[in-house]
Amino acid sequence: MSTTKRPDNRGRRRFLTAAGGVTAVATIAPGVRLIQRVLAKEDDQAVSSAVRWGMLINTNKCATGCNDCVTACNSEHGLRDTGRPDTDPQWIRKVKLVDDQTGKETSLPMMCQHCEKPPCVDVCPTGASFRRTDGVVLVDKHICIGCRYCMMACPYKARSFVHQTLTDQRPWSPRGKGTVEACTFCVHRVDRGQQPACVEACAGADHGALVFGNLNDPKSEISKRAKAVSSRQIRADLDLNTGVRYEGV
Amino acid sequence: MSSKKTVFLTIEGKSLGFYFLLGVFALMVLAGLGASYYMEHHGHVVTGMNNQIVWGMPHVFAVFLIVAASGALNVASISSAFGKVAYKPLARLSALLAITLLVGGLVVLVLDLGRPDRLIVAMTRYNFKSIFAWNIYLYIGFIGVVAAYLWMMFEQRMNRFTSAVGTFAFVWRFILTTGTGSIFGFIVARQAYDAALLAPTFVIMSLSFGTAVFILMLHFIYSMTGRELGDLLVGRLRNLLSIFVAAVFYMTLIFHLTNLYGTQHHGVERFLLLEGGVFTQVFWIGQIGIGTLAPLALFWLPGINKSRGSILLGSLMVVIGGLSQIFVIIIGAQAYPLTLFPGKTVSSSFFDGAINTYSPSLPEWVLGISGFGIALLATLIAIRVLPFLPQRLTDAQTES
Repeated sequence: MSTTKRPDNRGRRRFLTAAGGVTAVATIAPGVRLIQRVLAKEDDQAVSSAVRWGMLINTNKCATGCNDCVTACNSEHGLRDTGRPDTDPQWIRKVKLVDDQTGKETSLPMMCQHCEKPPCVDVCPTGASFRRTDGVVLVDKHICIGCRYCMMACPYKARSFVHQTLTDQRPWSPRGKGTVEACTFCVHRVDRGQQPACVEACAGADHGALVFGNLNDPKSEISKRAKAVSSRQIRADLDLNTGVRYEGV
Repeated sequence: MSSKKTVFLTIEGKSLGFYFLLGVFALMVLAGLGASYYMEHHGHVVTGMNNQIVWGMPHVFAVFLIVAASGALNVASISSAFGKVAYKPLARLSALLAITLLVGGLVVLVLDLGRPDRLIVAMTRYNFKSIFAWNIYLYIGFIGVVAAYLWMMFEQRMNRFTSAVGTFAFVWRFILTTGTGSIFGFIVARQAYDAALLAPTFVIMSLSFGTAVFILMLHFIYSMTGRELGDLLVGRLRNLLSIFVAAVFYMTLIFHLTNLYGTQHHGVERFLLLEGGVFTQVFWIGQIGIGTLAPLALFWLPGINKSRGSILLGSLMVVIGGLSQIFVIIIGAQAYPLTLFPGKTVSSSFFDGAINTYSPSLPEWVLGISGFGIALLATLIAIRVLPFLPQRLTDAQTES
């Protein structure tokens, strides 16, 4: 019998090992990235009720006089000061509270509370006010007829009516004269895995009073904190199950 | 039964007075359209409305007209649904006013929208959880039902269905005004609303305002065309109106007494009844003084209650009182701030905790008043074209 020398295929093995590794990384990486991006969503992917976006606001950390969240929101969505405070839209505002009995002062940001059962959505005649399945309450500016019934119905005074012609709107934040608008939870950022502009600004100012995340994910920072500390809904008596909760008030 | 068959005639419509009124009403309509164009072109920034007072003077007029429209049908309902023969000759005018007042109110409502150009959206997309969406059906349906009712009355071979269709129209109008009241009653967020009582209150308000408008229209049409209008009929309408005025007063009393019982409503009640500035004045002087006590005195005090002047003045006062009442309901309620944090004094750049002020601009007044212009113009043209009115309404006809 003749012995045939086995061909030296170590090079091929090395190649296959490397290729397999690359393939494995290529296969798993997007998943890993997806986890890292905390449920960021591709543009062609529908929103899911598995997510409930929410915000926990620690009023103890919210500094009196600081307006960074408001400035960031205005800049992100192109809300400008026209010198008419009674008609200028405000999507987020700082509210100062003074307890009538004790005199204790509190400062907190107020905006759309992204209710699970939003009165604005209930009353809207055309369905322009709607709630995404991930909990974000929005206005479809193409269907809004500008009746303002939602503004009458919102318990939080969270909505604004556009009283005059707008120019230079942000492409990601459609707005128009004669329609109603409010905080969008910065869906355009959240869908890309980023934080809302106000949350980023608050963290940037080293206050960290705003925590944003998925209330349905028990491992998320917001869920852990909401479980650990005492927080409340504003006008909890209306039983709207708001997406925004407050600590220390 | 009437002693002889009622003869319905169109108005002649050739006199100077006819064309003068036609011109005045047409100008009111044009001014309203102009005001609306101005508001839409520049945006609502040119109005007194803002992000605190989102519904303003146009809504006051629109809601008044819509409420009065369903009440104007009352006279026809009494004849068709409840079989009171004395009112039968008035049923056509009653139904006509129901349509024209409603159209006037709806046009004002639509022209005040932020995007009136999107009316087609409102007509094609519905959220059935919204009472507003239901009202769109109720209003348009009402015009259809009352038009059918008129056809039954006009067309001799259809007369036998008048009672059935009239009863249907009566039920419809009841639901319609309940719906209008519920626009406010369903607002859980506002301290001054969120009360089931608002729906029946609106129904009674409609009977009062509608009857007052009807009396005024009936008198002026008859006096301007030189037709006979008996005191007996007008006296009956006066008695009816006085009961409605008293009933509205009763509902208002209960509403405030109920609120005054609960501590959480003390703030808004103190605002509306005592410290609300213009709203308090409009409530006490407009709604209670001019709209309730004065007309009741004119309608009930022996010696003056028989005079046509008293009845007309009283009816006009009911209209002014009605506008005042709706002003307080719609705008007064928005002027009082939302209570987000009970027990705390709040302030913000967005007027949290602040009493809101409202000064209506000229275009708002013009648009609102043009609603009356639309109703009057449509009524005038209709009575010129079709025989809505009996040739005469004598006391002998009324006695049944």
